[in-house]
Amino acid sequence: MTSRTMIEAIRDAHDVMMEREPNLVVFGEDVGFFGGVFRCTKGLQKKFGSHRCFDTPISENGIVGAAVGMAAYGLRPCVEIQFSDYMYPAFDQIVSEAARLRYRSAGDFSAPMTIRMPVGGGIYGGQTHSQSPESLFAHVCGLKTVMPSNPYDSKGLLIAAIEDEDPVVFLEPKRLYNGPFDGHHDRPVVPWSSHALSEVPDGYYRVPLGKATVRREGGAVTIVTYGTMVHVALAATQESGIDAEVIDLRSLVPLDEEAIIESVRKTGRCVIVHEATRICGFGAELSAVIQESCFYHLKTPIRRVTGWDTPYPHAFEWQYFPGPGRVADEIRLALED
Amino acid sequence: MPPAAAAEQPSSDALSLRVPEPHGRPGDAPAFAGLLNSRAGNVRRPPVDAPARGMEDLAASLIRVLDDDGQAVGPWCPDLSDPELLAGLGDMLKVRAFDSRMLMAQRQGKTSFYMQCTGEEAVACAFQRTMRPGDMNFPTYRQQGLLITAGYPLLDMMCQVLSNSRDPLKGRQLPVMYSARTHGFFSISGNLGTQFIQAVGWSMASAIKGGTAIAAAWVGDGSTAESDFHSALVFASTYRSPVVLNIVNNQWAISTFQGIARGDGPTFAARGVGFGIPALLVDGNDFLAVYAAAAWATERARRNLGPTLIEHFTYRSAAHSTSDDPAVYRPKAEHEAWPLGDPIERLKTHLILKGIWSEAQHTQAVDEIESEVLGLQKQAESFGTLRDGPPLSPREMFLDVYHEMPPHLQRQRQQAGF
Ligand SMILES: Cc1ncc(C[n+]2csc(CCOP(=O)(O)OP(=O)(O)O)c2C)c(N)n1
Repeated sequence: MTSRTMIEAIRDAHDVMMEREPNLVVFGEDVGFFGGVFRCTKGLQKKFGSHRCFDTPISENGIVGAAVGMAAYGLRPCVEIQFSDYMYPAFDQIVSEAARLRYRSAGDFSAPMTIRMPVGGGIYGGQTHSQSPESLFAHVCGLKTVMPSNPYDSKGLLIAAIEDEDPVVFLEPKRLYNGPFDGHHDRPVVPWSSHALSEVPDGYYRVPLGKATVRREGGAVTIVTYGTMVHVALAATQESGIDAEVIDLRSLVPLDEEAIIESVRKTGRCVIVHEATRICGFGAELSAVIQESCFYHLKTPIRRVTGWDTPYPHAFEWQYFPGPGRVADEIRLALED
Repeated sequence: MPPAAAAEQPSSDALSLRVPEPHGRPGDAPAFAGLLNSRAGNVRRPPVDAPARGMEDLAASLIRVLDDDGQAVGPWCPDLSDPELLAGLGDMLKVRAFDSRMLMAQRQGKTSFYMQCTGEEAVACAFQRTMRPGDMNFPTYRQQGLLITAGYPLLDMMCQVLSNSRDPLKGRQLPVMYSARTHGFFSISGNLGTQFIQAVGWSMASAIKGGTAIAAAWVGDGSTAESDFHSALVFASTYRSPVVLNIVNNQWAISTFQGIARGDGPTFAARGVGFGIPALLVDGNDFLAVYAAAAWATERARRNLGPTLIEHFTYRSAAHSTSDDPAVYRPKAEHEAWPLGDPIERLKTHLILKGIWSEAQHTQAVDEIESEVLGLQKQAESFGTLRDGPPLSPREMFLDVYHEMPPHLQRQRQQAGF
C-alpha cells in the first residue's frame, strides 16, 4: 500500500501493465518524453523505451485511428487524448471504427484499446478544457465508458480497462487529480494523502468494469453519481445532515443497474447528480432505468442536479456545476411530501 | 489476452519504428547548426502572378531581408516608409509589454491563464500591416500582434484576459481567446486547427459573393497534424480561394519538437507544393521579410490568383503557456542560441543603421509604452479581475447560447437565481 494521488495511481497502473503485458503501447500528445501535460505517463518512455511509449503528432484522429490498426494487429494500445474536449476530431474513429469493428466483422477483428482523457471543470480551463462528454460515449454501442472518483479505483479500473477485450473510454476528472474537491471554491483542496481511498496497493489488482459501489450508506434518499460529483454529494450529505446513500457508479457502460435499483427501492427517493449539462445527459438514462424498475417504490419524483444547459463558462464555473448547496437543496425537495 | 498476430522472433528482416528526437534535451547544449540554409537577400522573388509550378524552391529556402548587420538586402526588400517601419517597431514593443504585464497578472492570481508570443512578435505585427479593413484573420492564441497592430484597444484585451465586468466576451472565454469582428479577428477556439478550414470557407464566401475581402488563416507547426489543416489545403487548392495560409513554426508544440509533426518532410511550407499552392518559407524573426512575404501573398489573393502558404520560421522563447515549464523538455539556453535573433532587436538595429532611430529613442519608447500599458492595466483592474472587484453577473452565462433563450434555459436561469 502506498498513498498516491490520482495522477500517481494512473501512472502506476500503466507501469504495472507495461511490465506484465508486452503488447501494451502508450502514446499521445506530449506523452513520451514529457510524460503528458498532467504527468500521468511520466517516466514510462525512459523505462520501457520509445517503441512502447511515444509522442504523437497533434492529431487525435491519427492517435485513435492508429490505435485501431494496432489493436487489430494484436497490440494493446492505451492512448491519451490531452483533454476530452479534443476527442471530437477522433470521434469518427472512436464511434464508427473502434466501437463497431467486432460487430461489423462478425468477430473477425476487434479493437481492444483504452482511450484516456481528462474530463470536467473546476480548474478555470474555459470551454475547451472543461467539458463532460460521457453521455456521448455512453450512447455508442460497442464502447465501454468508465469514470473513477479516487486513486484506488483509478488504478484498478484502468488495469481492468487495459485488459478488457473491448474499446474502453476512460474519463479522468481532472479536478480530482491532486485531491478530492467538494465543489466550493472558497475551501482548500483536500489533498489525497489524508484520504482512505488514496491508499493504493502496489502491483496488480483490478476493479471490475460495471460494478458500482456504495460510498455512504443511508436510508433517507439515494444519490446516484460518479466522478467529481461523488465528493460533492458526500459533502452535501454531511453538511445537510441528511441520511443519504451515495452510490458511485464507476462505470457508466456497463451500468450496475442492480446496485441503483436495490438502493432506490430501499430509500424510495432518488437524486441524480452529474456535472455534464442536463439535456440528454447520463442522468436521463439513469432516471429511465429507475423509473422502469422502482416506480412503485418511489415516494417522490426522481430529481436531477446537473450543469446548466450552456457551454462551459470560464468565469462562472463555480456557478455552473453543482456544488454541495445545490445538491442539498434538491435532496431536501426529494424529501418533501 | 490473445498474443500478437504475427510471430515476433528477432529476425534480420525485423521491422522497426523511427520515433524522431529533437536536437537537444535539458542538459544538452543548444544545437542549431545547419539550420539556416540561405543568407539574407539570396532567395529569388518571382512576380506575384507567376504560376505555382516552378516555384517549389521557395518552399525550401528561407527568405531573409535583414542581414546580420541590420542591412536590408535582396529582391524581397519591401517598400515600407520610415513612419511605417517605426510604427511596426512600436507594435512589437507594445505586444511585448502587454505580454509581460499580463503574465504578471496571471502570476498574481488576477487571471487564470496567459499565453505570450515572446520572440514571435514580428510574425503577426508585420503580417497585419498588409491586411485591410474588411479582411478577416482566423488566428490561433499566439497572434495578439494582429489585434494590437490593427489598433484594437489594449484596455479591452486586458478586460478579456481578466474576465472582469468589462470583458467584451462576458467571462465566457478563456483568457487570450479574443474575438473582434470589427478588427478582422475571428473568435478563437481552443481546439487546435479548426479555424484553418473556416478561413478557407470565409474566403470562398467572399469570392462567391463577388467581394474584395480576403482571409488569413493561422496555425502552429504542431497543429498542422490536425485533419482540419489538410482539409483547408484541399479546399483552398481546389477552389483557388483568396486566402493566405500561415504556419507559425516556432519549433515547439508544448514539449513536442516540430519534427514530430513534420516527419521526413523538408519543411512545412513544402506541404503546399503537393497541392499546387505557392509556398514561401520566411524568416519569422525578420519584420521586413515577413512583411514582404505577406504583401506578396495578400496581393496574389486580392488579384484573384488564389491561395498562398507561408511558413514563418521562428522560435517560441517563452513557455508555451503559464501552465508550462520548458526547462523540463528543452535545453535551458536554447532560446538564446536561436540563430535568427530577436525580432525587436533586429528591426531596432536596422532602424538605427538607417538613421531614423537611436538607442536613446528606443529606451524612451520602451519606457513610454511600458508605462502606458501599466496605466491601462490599472484602469482595467478597476473593472475587476477574475477573483476580485466588480463581478460580472452569472446571468451572462445563460445569454447567447441561442439567438432567443428557449424556455428550458429560462427555467434554469431562474432556478440558478440569476
Ligand atoms: C484539438 C486539440 N488537441 C490538443 C490541444 C492541446 N494543445 C494546446 S496547444 C498545443 C500545442 C500546439 O502547438 P503548435 O501548433 O506548434 O502551436 P504553438 O503553441 O507552438 O504556438 C496542444 C497540443 C488542443 N488545444 N486542441
